[in-house]
Amino acid sequence: MKPSHLPCLERAGLDGWMVRLFDSIEENNLMWLTALARECEKAFGETLVDLVPSYTTLLVVFDPIRTTPWEARQQLQDILARLKPAEAGASGKLHQLPTWYDPETGPDLERVAGLSDLSVESVIEAHNSREYRVFALGFAPGFGFMGLLDQSLTCPRLDTPRQKVPAGSVAIAGQQTAAYPVVTPGGWNLIGRTPTRLFDRNLEGFSLLRVGDRVKFEPVDQARFEELGGDPE
Amino acid sequence: MSATRLTGFRVSRAGPLALLQDAGRFGVRHLGVTQGGPADLHAWAWANHLTDNPWGSAALEVTFGGLKLVAERDLTIALTGADLGIRHNDKAAPRWRTLAISKGNTLTFGTPVNGLRSYLAVAGGFCGDSVMGSASCVVREQLGGFDGQGTSLRENDALTVNPVKNRPEGRVAPEAEQRDYRQTTTLDLLPGAQVAAFAGKSLYDAFNAQWQVDQRADRMGVRLTGPKLRCSVASLVSEGISLGAVQVPPDGQPIALLNDRQTIGGYPRLGNLTPLAASRLAQCMPGQTLQLRAAGIDQAVRQHRKFMAGFR
Repeated sequence: MKPSHLPCLERAGLDGWMVRLFDSIEENNLMWLTALARECEKAFGETLVDLVPSYTTLLVVFDPIRTTPWEARQQLQDILARLKPAEAGASGKLHQLPTWYDPETGPDLERVAGLSDLSVESVIEAHNSREYRVFALGFAPGFGFMGLLDQSLTCPRLDTPRQKVPAGSVAIAGQQTAAYPVVTPGGWNLIGRTPTRLFDRNLEGFSLLRVGDRVKFEPVDQARFEELGGDPE
Repeated sequence: MSATRLTGFRVSRAGPLALLQDAGRFGVRHLGVTQGGPADLHAWAWANHLTDNPWGSAALEVTFGGLKLVAERDLTIALTGADLGIRHNDKAAPRWRTLAISKGNTLTFGTPVNGLRSYLAVAGGFCGDSVMGSASCVVREQLGGFDGQGTSLRENDALTVNPVKNRPEGRVAPEAEQRDYRQTTTLDLLPGAQVAAFAGKSLYDAFNAQWQVDQRADRMGVRLTGPKLRCSVASLVSEGISLGAVQVPPDGQPIALLNDRQTIGGYPRLGNLTPLAASRLAQCMPGQTLQLRAAGIDQAVRQHRKFMAGFR
């Protein structure tokens, strides 16, 4: 449902407009955001610099030499006036992410189990029995914020972030889940690891995940994890 | 990217931070990849302009100083931006003008005298490893630079340059463009959507107080300290952040976000510094004071276009 004051355009510097479509996180937002991004690519063409979709918004960055904030606003208003949601099938590529859930790769598994009053097995089951949507990419290249988690798995971030989270780590925080593309500091709860490359400069399109994609985690054992190129260290 | 790569300089001593920067990495921010590019667009653009390089050519951004380079061939260069006590052999190196240097000459960066970031362009342009359409070096993302891996210059690195036919001579930037970064400055800020969510007193403070540049300042962002700003919104659903956004976390101390900022974030924002204001901020030393001024969009666009007209 779109609240009555939305959509609206907010100034984001002299080369940007923030298009605010929604005020809460819903999976259906993605159909609208995907459609909006596509229309912007068509309408702005060469004057478009970047599009940054996130849960409820699309940041449109344009070239302030080739166009003006006023022209850009008019173009966006025209797009919004005739915007239709993308077809369900038109967006949302499905990715299967093999994941080795184990206290070794998921040092927070037992803590999460304790917090949610579940067994470790039930935590794993609850995490991989759902299909998630990618709501936003950010924090690091290729890092997808996915949701929504089963309510029972909702847990806070770590009080003190880890200095080094291994690449491929599958993690949860709040109502969201993610996989770390590269080694970075991180404050999410680690519950497993995937051998799949999530971000690679040589990968077609660089990032495996895009906003609007769907992700399913597939439990595998250590042998399969290593067979697929995973690094257990 | 040119097929021929020549070694222009060799690093004989690495400083704390020296990064190759072209205009930045665009069209990939939806993948979580940051913009990069020169923290001081103004000085970077002048360095390339003086050496007759087209817009977007890669130049070195030297922060704090410490770097020592040896020329491996005869080169025409320009140094702009901060005065880092730079020496050409045993003489002070002139800034904001073309400078011919010979094979075997040294360029030694000292410590900050005026400003924080110095730019070194070479006629023909430095030749880095383009990753996702840009050679801009982002350490946090391990992208760009001479090796493509986002590394700051290290001892013994060979700095590759493109071959050049015409070497410009005697070019000097107009005096008004040769910035003095020591002065207290006023930065233009375009108010954004959440500006109304700040308390009246806080808005007054934001645009009237003296803000101090904090130690916590890098290419991601610069923290300002001063009166505590109160906002009725503690956090937002994360959304895209554009260059110069001034966000205010719950501690009430603003952070101006620069070229290497994260692509999305969820703190309320006062608005955005203009690109030239963000450039100016990037030259402020910790402890320096500044003011924020609410700017009008018409004037900001006019000023930006006027600046860019000379270069692009």
